[in-house]
Amino acid sequence: MAIDVEQAKALELAPNTVKVERGRLRFFAKAIGETDPVYSDTDAAKRAGHSDLPVPPTFLFSMELESPDPFGYLADLGVDLRRVLHGEQSFTYHSMAHAGETLTLQPRIVDVLSKKGGAMEFLLKRTDITRDGELVAEATSTIIVRNPEMAE
Amino acid sequence: MTDIQAGTELPPLELKPISRTTLALFAGASGDHNPMHIDLDVARSAGLDDVFAHGMLSMAYLGRLLTNWVPQGQIRSYRVRFAAITPIHGKPTCTGKVVSVEEGVATLELAVTLADGTTTLTGDAVVEIDGERLDTHGKA
Repeated sequence: MAIDVEQAKALELAPNTVKVERGRLRFFAKAIGETDPVYSDTDAAKRAGHSDLPVPPTFLFSMELESPDPFGYLADLGVDLRRVLHGEQSFTYHSMAHAGETLTLQPRIVDVLSKKGGAMEFLLKRTDITRDGELVAEATSTIIVRNPEMAE
Repeated sequence: MTDIQAGTELPPLELKPISRTTLALFAGASGDHNPMHIDLDVARSAGLDDVFAHGMLSMAYLGRLLTNWVPQGQIRSYRVRFAAITPIHGKPTCTGKVVSVEEGVATLELAVTLADGTTTLTGDAVVEIDGERLDTHGKA
């Protein structure tokens, strides 16, 4: 089923406000095999000039997953989650974020592109991440929806 | 870091083969609880032979390549395309190369490849290299 582009762009996705937890950052550092103590030892982080453990480059994506129903918008658009792939991910950084800070994540659908006669749709979701109203980063996900029945 | 120029290669980051424990830890730590990465029964019910790694795990490994090379505050942007699935026990290696340097800003070409030569991720990053770094708490 084709995604209605105008409906997608008009969707109002709820913002989510999340406090960055030190313990969670340490867990993430362990899971990715991080050996740089700046990401797990607050003393090392402070020696490197940080206020606390820094949020590593891709952890912002995990913060997006903290919302109660992070993929609910896809169901709202009639997309079958089993047909979805994460095609691309990008981040633009304006400042660092650290443990103890409270960040607000505001996603929105910025575009939907159809390729191969509708057999593949590319949904671009952009999330603005702010702290006290100041833009910290923007995260953009390209979600690929496969519609094999549309292939000629 | 004055000798950085087009063609400069970042020290590669070689990871151990990805274990089921790594995927379980990453599911919990990253918040991506998709069972296709941690539950063999679910993977088999979807017609796969086994679970496969989270794409964002490889992106996090590539992020380590970057932050090993410059303090994180110097990274302006970072982007990847997920090109192929990383199977369980896959052994990723992260590589990066400077493609251009202009006014103290380097553009890097990035990749993650497996031992069998499969490229699982390609990407790019824009990084400040002129010694000026972002304030750790605010704007540059």
